[in-house]
Amino acid sequence: MMGNLLTDHLLSNIGKKAPIKKELVTRRDIRKYSIATGQRQKKFLDGDEAPPMFHVSLFWDVVDMDQLSPDGVFIDRLLPEFPLKKAMAGGLKIDYYQPVYPGQWLTAARTLTDIYEKEGSKGPLIFYEITMEVENEAEEKVLTEVTTRILR
Amino acid sequence: MTKMAGNPGDVLPERAFKPDNVQSFLYNAVLFNAHRIHFDEPYTTEVENYPGLVVAGPLMGDWLHQCVLEWIGDEGKLTSIEYSNRKAAYIGETLWSGGKILSCDEQNRELELEVYIKNEKDEKIVPGTAVVKY
Repeated sequence: MMGNLLTDHLLSNIGKKAPIKKELVTRRDIRKYSIATGQRQKKFLDGDEAPPMFHVSLFWDVVDMDQLSPDGVFIDRLLPEFPLKKAMAGGLKIDYYQPVYPGQWLTAARTLTDIYEKEGSKGPLIFYEITMEVENEAEEKVLTEVTTRILR
Repeated sequence: MTKMAGNPGDVLPERAFKPDNVQSFLYNAVLFNAHRIHFDEPYTTEVENYPGLVVAGPLMGDWLHQCVLEWIGDEGKLTSIEYSNRKAAYIGETLWSGGKILSCDEQNRELELEVYIKNEKDEKIVPGTAVVKY
């Protein structure tokens, strides 16, 4: 049975878009990411090509320290205030269309694509989904990432 | 196409990871991730009640990618991956990435793989699936 935690006001946030980010891929940043993640392929360690999840670092929010909550986390302005606060494990799906190379300018467009409620064994759960589309300068798709988070 | 000629049930090589404070620092610095559960041990154990510093979820997601990419080499490309961080891992633990072939679609030259990160208790803490084109 569906609960009633999701008001029309909350649901009206579906479709909300974050400002588009545009970032330059550099060899140095690829190398740093590759070393930090323990890559073993030379093309990644030399920065000739970015490992697939490099976009996570490229588009992580860079904000002033006073915009971080006491636990050090940036409050995502794309999200409304939900009636449930405790975040549970979430999921991620990424479709890759083409590799990323140093020198490319990439854009990321994030959209809040879904909010829904389910009844869990210990009470109601809220699910929300954010879709990030990454494109190159020719407006070709590079990857699509869909993140689902669960609140209880 | 030797690797790609595998059969359902064939396994991908496992790789052990033992993330330490230095790797955790470098990874979160590269992201610009200030979440204190990754570097502030008193806060993590006393305020958040974790048993230790938490390994960043997307770092384990990256290891799933590496498991697939190192296995396919130049013989194919990763087109899609899906996973969930079901359970936390902590600095000092040994973790393993691995996987197996779930199905082969010879007509579309596509393999579906199971991938995972498991912990020392043999729990698959980051289960997932991936699709490879060859």
